[in-house]
Amino acid sequence: MLNRRTFSASTGLACAGLAFTGAARAQFRVEIAGVGATQVPIAIVKFRDEDKTTQALSAIIRADLERAGVFRGIDTSATIDETASPVMGEWRARSADALVAGSVTRLADGRFDVRFKLWDIVKGQELGGQSNAVQPADLRLAAHRIADFVYEKLTGDKGVFSTRIAYVTRTGTRYALRVADADGEGGQVALNSPEPIISPAWAPNGQELAYVSFELQKAVVYVQDVASGKRRVIANFRGSNSAPAWAPDGQSLAVTLSRDGVSQLYTMGRNGESPKRITVSQSIDTEPVYAPDGRTLFFVSDRGGGPQVYRTPAAGGAVERVTFSGAYNISPALSPDGRNLAYISRQGNAFRLYLLDLATPGATPQALTDTSDDESPSFAPNGRLIIYASRSQGRDVLMTTTLDGKIKAKLVSTAADVREPMWGPYGR
Amino acid sequence: MKATRLVSLSALTLAALLAGCASGVKLDDKPAPVENRSTGGTSANTGANNAGTSQSQVASVDLTKNATAPIGSVIYFDYDSYVVKDEFRPTIEAQAKSLAGNKAKKITVEGHTDERGGREYNLALGQKRAEAVVKSLTLLGVTESQVEAVSFGKERPAVQGSDEAAWAKNRRAEFNAK
Repeated sequence: MLNRRTFSASTGLACAGLAFTGAARAQFRVEIAGVGATQVPIAIVKFRDEDKTTQALSAIIRADLERAGVFRGIDTSATIDETASPVMGEWRARSADALVAGSVTRLADGRFDVRFKLWDIVKGQELGGQSNAVQPADLRLAAHRIADFVYEKLTGDKGVFSTRIAYVTRTGTRYALRVADADGEGGQVALNSPEPIISPAWAPNGQELAYVSFELQKAVVYVQDVASGKRRVIANFRGSNSAPAWAPDGQSLAVTLSRDGVSQLYTMGRNGESPKRITVSQSIDTEPVYAPDGRTLFFVSDRGGGPQVYRTPAAGGAVERVTFSGAYNISPALSPDGRNLAYISRQGNAFRLYLLDLATPGATPQALTDTSDDESPSFAPNGRLIIYASRSQGRDVLMTTTLDGKIKAKLVSTAADVREPMWGPYGR
Repeated sequence: MKATRLVSLSALTLAALLAGCASGVKLDDKPAPVENRSTGGTSANTGANNAGTSQSQVASVDLTKNATAPIGSVIYFDYDSYVVKDEFRPTIEAQAKSLAGNKAKKITVEGHTDERGGREYNLALGQKRAEAVVKSLTLLGVTESQVEAVSFGKERPAVQGSDEAAWAKNRRAEFNAK
């Protein structure tokens, strides 16, 4: 068993700390803190024979569900699997509202058959189960898919545990663009470089990453196919080329180019063809992001003095200011339903993650953190979590938070500074 | 570019050496060597103590405090400012002269910011600084095709640190041969 997992929960506070330690493959230590308004107590029994695999499936499922903020794991030493007929009264006595049990069986061809079943203890009924045969390397993915199943059955929302994140690590003077499971585990290097890498952006199909690399001693935008590693330059004009953002249809990107003298927004085809200038100002215009309908671009401009978030039609046109509170608001990210805007706001000397409800005119922006070095927010594809970069104890770390700011998970790398997170779409 | 870095390093060393020299040679205000009884165990060194300085003296060489790059390669900016200050006029003029004298010479002007704020916004800020320097050069007759303004934002700080002293050294534009 590669992942040894220690668990401690301080009862009454509903506050849990999870630590993945001692595993050569573990890239992060995960710490979860906070109290949700309502948390479904769920028992996830250790899967039969999961000890004979490289992954602690039940622990992965539990950590996924707890990080989402709406579940609370219940400790159990029960030894049942998906074939059991659990006695509902016994589980009610243990205050469990839901129960997951399963098994792992090694198949003759080397794959593992992962089976599970979910029960609603309150209603006393079975909610379904699945059987999936997976390669050993996809056991983590199998666990995340089970967490997705449980999450969707019990909340009605699609789970995001089997999605991926991209982020950048820095170790000394080495930089790496990495792709990992949504919980930060199982990271793989997409690009190693002696020069900085910033602003990774997932294509809507989850198969390509756009990013800015300084390998040519200036900022150049690349697109890389994740599975093959094949990459192409899509913007290398005079000056700086940066801040790539995919249009929702995946056929074009918005970027920031300084080729005409000051950083301005442009759109171009997915191979960099036919760049078209969108903003025309004498100020900095950068960090474009598309609204989910693809018709509006949100971006940052200092045309009013300090940097603020604005929006403009994606084809160009009138510009409208979006943020008004605070003198420095940057790095906009839109929720998948277009309702919420996450961004970084400077308050005094602190840079904090804020959320603004765009659907309610005149809404007051809400601070989601009390940290001081937040950067680069990005929504999970179901819109329920935001991943962002921050600093903790002198290290660059990744954080996830629920939209109410109540449940936070910290992904602390065991070896490197981690930054520039971008949550990928559904599917892989 | 490598050459520029080397030059600035040797200038740093020189500055540090000068700073070191300035601090340790006032003969009259140093305590007499005989006062250092606690170091008696290392008496093998006492014979070398004939310059009138304390045996306990350690001259501080602080490279971070003396990190002034050679004239002609770096321009520093105020916080949130793109204005090329008058004190760097000689630097601009020297660069312009060098470029005007050799039309085949090409350089990049590399803008940088301090660590505060977002990476992309800082990249744009650094770009604006670089563009301001390029504009000063072109006003002095440098051909636009000889200079390219680029930016590293906050990605390549000259000095590590999270105080004003470090930030001031990181808000800069550098000239690099292409």
